[in-house]
Amino acid sequence: MLKRTDYLTRTYGKPEGWKLAAYERDLGGYQVARRVLTTMTREQTVDEAKKANLRGRGGAGFPMGVKWSFMPKTVGAKPHYLVVNADEGEPGTHKDRTLMERNPHACVEGCIIACYGIGAHVAYIYVRDELHLSKARLEGAIQEARAQGYLGKTPFGKDFAVEVYVHSGAGAYICGEETAMLNSIEGRRGEPRMKPPFPAVAGVFGCPTTVNNLESIAAAPTAFGMGCEAFSKLSSLHHLNDGGVRLYGVNGHVKKPCVVELAVGPTLNELIFEIAGGVQGDRKVLCAIPGGSSTPVLRPEETVSAPDPKSPLHPYDGKSVFDVPLGVDTMRGVGTMLGTCCVTVIAEGTDPVACLHNLMHFYRHESCGQCTPCREGSAWLERVVGKIIEGHGSMADVDSLHDVANGIMGNTICAFGEGTAMPALALIQKFRKELEAYVRGERSLATSKLTVEPWR
Amino acid sequence: MTFALSPERERKLQEILGRYPTKMAATLPLLHLCQEQEGHVSDRVIAYVSERLDVSAAHVKGVVTFYTLYNQHPVGKHQVWVCRTLPCALRGAYDVIGHCEKRLGIKCGETTADGKVTLRTAECLASCGTGPMMQVDREYHENLTRERVDQILGKLLENPKVG
Ligand SMILES: Cc1cc2nc3c(=O)[nH]c(=O)nc-3n(C[C@H](O)[C@H](O)[C@H](O)COP(=O)(O)O)c2cc1C
Ligand code: SF4
Ligand code: FES
Repeated sequence: MLKRTDYLTRTYGKPEGWKLAAYERDLGGYQVARRVLTTMTREQTVDEAKKANLRGRGGAGFPMGVKWSFMPKTVGAKPHYLVVNADEGEPGTHKDRTLMERNPHACVEGCIIACYGIGAHVAYIYVRDELHLSKARLEGAIQEARAQGYLGKTPFGKDFAVEVYVHSGAGAYICGEETAMLNSIEGRRGEPRMKPPFPAVAGVFGCPTTVNNLESIAAAPTAFGMGCEAFSKLSSLHHLNDGGVRLYGVNGHVKKPCVVELAVGPTLNELIFEIAGGVQGDRKVLCAIPGGSSTPVLRPEETVSAPDPKSPLHPYDGKSVFDVPLGVDTMRGVGTMLGTCCVTVIAEGTDPVACLHNLMHFYRHESCGQCTPCREGSAWLERVVGKIIEGHGSMADVDSLHDVANGIMGNTICAFGEGTAMPALALIQKFRKELEAYVRGERSLATSKLTVEPWR
Repeated sequence: MTFALSPERERKLQEILGRYPTKMAATLPLLHLCQEQEGHVSDRVIAYVSERLDVSAAHVKGVVTFYTLYNQHPVGKHQVWVCRTLPCALRGAYDVIGHCEKRLGIKCGETTADGKVTLRTAECLASCGTGPMMQVDREYHENLTRERVDQILGKLLENPKVG
């Protein structure tokens, strides 16, 4: 159901909306962090956070409060750290950047609350290097907060030091993966680590660490401000423990690409037609990537099959997957993933094989190369799809795409492998006819198109 | 000649070192500072970073080669990065790339003969909702039209200060 809110976005578009004055005027200005630090214990903070049912906004959808509770209950010889993931590298994802640019104080206040909850005195916000404006706005907010005494040795007079630092990446999608990010902060190559140990046991500098997405953290002041249970109930999927409000992005072949804040639970059709103004040239939707390029594509013809009344998807039995509320479990139920809630819309008339080729180029380019199935598999996928597009492919090549993608699944150190294989498999299965048409010479590079409207 | 940071960047480095429990953690930020000053990461920069942070030159080299934004060779005065990933491609990124190549008279990955502009493609830069887009030095240019691209490139070619 479509329900617009503006808890995270109230300062967007206002003059100097990124300054402390705007944050105080529109969003309470650190009163929530003050209350948490001065009236709640660490344990109460984590218990409260759990009630928000805030499913991680970075893609995997793990509940934030539960993640906080994995940190050691008492701080031992090793200090605790908060790492905030603002790498925003997932193709099709353009939401975290808006928070950093237009509401950076929510990010900083969120860091204070989260640090307190996990017993950390230092937060590193890892921002990809290219986002210079985001970094400047965050730095500005940190300076303003420090000047007010909200950061430093005794925030709000509480004997609980908090420092927030911005750490720049240097151009590597894989550093968005949490353990790669830890290595990158330590000054190393951003190669993912084997898990276990999990970050809560041995994270950055070998110390207990919580890694959360930037939007997850920036939502904390809102959630704690209204009470985490009330926050959860804003969502139409509260009953599935998928709570709150979040940012939704729409991009690709829509009339009005955008980032909006909504209560959790809009459908793809609502995002495409009511939020983003419909498809360019009023074309039909060919398919949509629901939450970043690593999430398997959906076609509007696909319907939900959930005859069991106990299934969370039962209310949508027989309906198009485009009419199912977007949630962590609902999307898993229809064979894809919720991901980052930024939707890429692809209109009829677009060549899905060219889409596959474009994406496989991305994954080949970004594989860190540690695992053979991922390094070789992503290169193979790009090469063979390229060969098919150029008209030199065979049916055996089409089959080999399946086999190679399947061979990556489950055989790698990090989820990048699945993030490559799953979207590839979905495109290959759902557009097999188009792939075969290339092999038979019924389609060719000359007629392949990614745009439906000419670039002006 | 050995490398040294400018006094202002030296102060910045001191502040950065205070943020982390290890010196090695300053590897990425220090490389950024050096590249800002030098334009690329030369062998003398690698030696310098290795010495300043008490890490091996092999470690520094390993880091430099891992991340795409460290230039291992000299590049043009201005960096133009056009996003080529799917959401931008759906809105004309390939046309933008073709147009830039024509206008600059070079292919992606090359630098103009006068050394002013290096043109490259980038993978998704988190502006998919405002694509097609390109990054010029530190600035994003979004919702690009042909006219806008012409203006931006025109400025870069005529006036080295713009960008
Ligand atoms: C290849 C890869 C890339 C990722 N990129 C990002 C990213 O850019 N931003 C992000 O927040 N999470 C990213 N993640 C997810 C993180 O590993 C991690 O799950 C997340 O930051 C946790 O935060 P959350 O629980 O608040 O969502 C990525 C994961 C993988 C496997
Ligand atoms: S799965 Fe790919 S990206 Fe992840 S560690 Fe292995 S090679 Fe690197
Ligand atoms: S695809 Fe170009 S910015 Fe995301």
